[in-house]
Amino acid sequence: MSILNIENVHTYYGNIHALKGININIEKGEIVTLIGGNGAGKTTTLRTISGLLKPREGSVSLNGEDILKYQAHEIVYKGISMVPEGRGVFARLTVLENLEMGAFSRNSKEEVTRNMNRVFTLFPRLKERRTQVAGTLSGGEQQMLATGRGLMSNPTILLMDEPSMGLAPVLVELIFDTIQQINKEGTTIMLVEQNALMALTIADRGYVLQTGEIILSDTAENLKKNPTVQKAYLGME
Amino acid sequence: MMIKKENLIWIAIKTGLLSGVIAIFLCLIGMIEVFSKRDVIEHIITLGDFILLVSAVSAGIIAARAASNPDQEKQPLKNYLAGALAGLTTGILIIAFIGLSQTINLRSVFLSASPSLFKLLTFKGGTSWIWIYPSIGLASGLLGTTLFLLPEKFRQPITRAIFITFLMALFSGLFRVIMINRAGSIAKLAKYLFGQTGLTLSGATIFFVAIIAISMFWTARSKNLQEGFSRIPKAGQTSLRVALYVLLAYVVIMLPQVSGPFIAQVVVIVSLYALMGLGLNITLGFAGLLDLGFVAFFAVGAYTVGLLTSYGIFGLQHIPFWVAVPIAVLVAMMFGAFLGLPVLGVRGDYLAIATLGFGEIVRLLAGSDFLAPFFGGPQGIIGIQKPCLGTLGEFLKVDVPRICNGIEFGGPKEIYYLAVASAILVAFIALRLQKSRLGRAWMAIREDEDVAEALGINLIQTKLLAYMLGAAFAGLGGAIFTVLVGSIFATSMQLIVSINVVALIIVGGMGSIPGVIVGAIALIGMPELLREVSEYRFLFYGAALIMMMLAKPEGLWPSQATLRELHHEDPGEDLDVASSQAKA
Repeated sequence: MSILNIENVHTYYGNIHALKGININIEKGEIVTLIGGNGAGKTTTLRTISGLLKPREGSVSLNGEDILKYQAHEIVYKGISMVPEGRGVFARLTVLENLEMGAFSRNSKEEVTRNMNRVFTLFPRLKERRTQVAGTLSGGEQQMLATGRGLMSNPTILLMDEPSMGLAPVLVELIFDTIQQINKEGTTIMLVEQNALMALTIADRGYVLQTGEIILSDTAENLKKNPTVQKAYLGME
Repeated sequence: MMIKKENLIWIAIKTGLLSGVIAIFLCLIGMIEVFSKRDVIEHIITLGDFILLVSAVSAGIIAARAASNPDQEKQPLKNYLAGALAGLTTGILIIAFIGLSQTINLRSVFLSASPSLFKLLTFKGGTSWIWIYPSIGLASGLLGTTLFLLPEKFRQPITRAIFITFLMALFSGLFRVIMINRAGSIAKLAKYLFGQTGLTLSGATIFFVAIIAISMFWTARSKNLQEGFSRIPKAGQTSLRVALYVLLAYVVIMLPQVSGPFIAQVVVIVSLYALMGLGLNITLGFAGLLDLGFVAFFAVGAYTVGLLTSYGIFGLQHIPFWVAVPIAVLVAMMFGAFLGLPVLGVRGDYLAIATLGFGEIVRLLAGSDFLAPFFGGPQGIIGIQKPCLGTLGEFLKVDVPRICNGIEFGGPKEIYYLAVASAILVAFIALRLQKSRLGRAWMAIREDEDVAEALGINLIQTKLLAYMLGAAFAGLGGAIFTVLVGSIFATSMQLIVSINVVALIIVGGMGSIPGVIVGAIALIGMPELLREVSEYRFLFYGAALIMMMLAKPEGLWPSQATLRELHHEDPGEDLDVASSQAKA
């Protein structure tokens, strides 16, 4: 049974029709990637799932429950957490304070400590820098922090928006390794990426989004071999 | 890099010209003349002289600093040359100004360029000023250079001593009033130290020397003292602290009895602004929502108490103050929500404009003829019943105050306790709020609204609570203001009050609770205490704000987050706390 089900979703920015009836299914324990060019609607899809945008039509359901009726902040309590594009860490707060903010929706102290320890195991670097102000971290460290903050609410699904953006290749690899690690620990992941090759390498399945429509969906292996995908997103002839 | 000689001379002259222009500017706006009526040291230096001197001495310091080259060894001669030149230029510019004023009539443009100003500047006529100003300028420049060249351990005590002695001189009237009504020896001491206005020469010398001595002793010994304190066992430390608090409480409680109504009133006004500041600190400092119409909530609190307790024709209920205050706070909170709802989606600059409009609407409505049957319009609401601890007599008829059988909070000396206690209570509440879950939600919203929402923070609820709690604090301030004055007029709810509150938060340090108190004392208390200064209040505000932004943008008593942002300091000392939290 799929845990996240998006059906015929139409989202608008004013009069601009950004998502034109997309359907996405995510199974428990999967890594699903959404690839596509600039302006294809990748971030819009994530913002629609996390409730920051409301679609005009269609349905989004989590474990069979319609979540469109919930506000963005309530959806976090349902188990969906987002790591925003461009990281969006609280620059003036310390690493520790950022992580504590991530646990805002969690009241139990033990649970927060457990999640904090999990984040520090995944990112030992964050533990070293826990008293440092987030704004003074490097880009890679900020991405780690944003990811860690997303995990602090112990989500069933983690939505990740372009984690590789603006990072050196070696850091991109590190982040993607961690994504796999998080997934192995039982968190389902929806990954939006421009770096299609990397995304398809770690993902189980993928969707290709073009100007608000899903033009392809298949296993990651098959997508990698698909000539359209190779030409348009993998830079192969 | 070598500084060329011509270059050096030019820098010195430029500095001198600048300080001269400032001195002339202060003359032309009438400040020097007003300040000359007040002595710093009795019969020797007036406040006006002092300010002119300061401008020349600072020209000397700045020029001397510009002349010193960090790559080279110290060349005192070069520094002295620059300092002297700058001071001299200042003096020459002032005589040029006096000369100019004697050939053409400046008064047709500058109202304050009066004959009495020039009588003052030329030392009651004569021509001695032609050589006095350059020589005083020269001497000041040299003095400035000497100050600059002194090693740190001497310079710091001396500048500190000059500054504190100057403050003592400014506030000498207050000390004198307090001391002169005491027993014989204290009154004698007061007469010895303080003159009618300003310090006596002996008083100034005593303060100056004493502060240098204390300052040098402190720098040498403060480390030992701190170590000594930490060596005392824990229980001893606590009891020492408690003793300190008790002493502080005693001073706070006794102050109005000793000082008289004037100082009590100043403290009340500072407390009221602190209340408003603490309120705005929640919306602006914690949650990052700029509100330029904050006086509206103050007005709501004031009018609510006025309408509920007044024995005048507009009084509706005649209930005691103590019952009216909670109602006023609740009504202010409702207005907070009422303002908050429409502007929930508005951010940044637009929010400032929208709230500005709200503040003006409340003031105009309260003072309008349209609502005059309810709020008294331009005539305001008068005859507000003073708070009474005890039983209040029956309401007999309009315009007759009810009799208080008990303690009546009739004047500033009594309302002082009300205002100070409220400010302390509200500061405590604000402190608890800052550390609460709600406080952290506000902080997240201030940093990034979208991310905050994505982390599970209810934007609507959290923002509305910020507006409502901020409004509640301001409403309490308004309620106390009403009984202090005994009447309310819409004209006292001016935009400038809102701006004062924003300014005091900025000067104190945004988001910092002690900062609000310090800001209120600096921006509201000081001008209230110094009559002469309050005439130039807005000039001082402007200058203070600009200087703060340049020299200390984080405020006088900044919060942790601002400090970190502006200085990227390594918060190493927090490590222990952080690791213990991580373990917990």
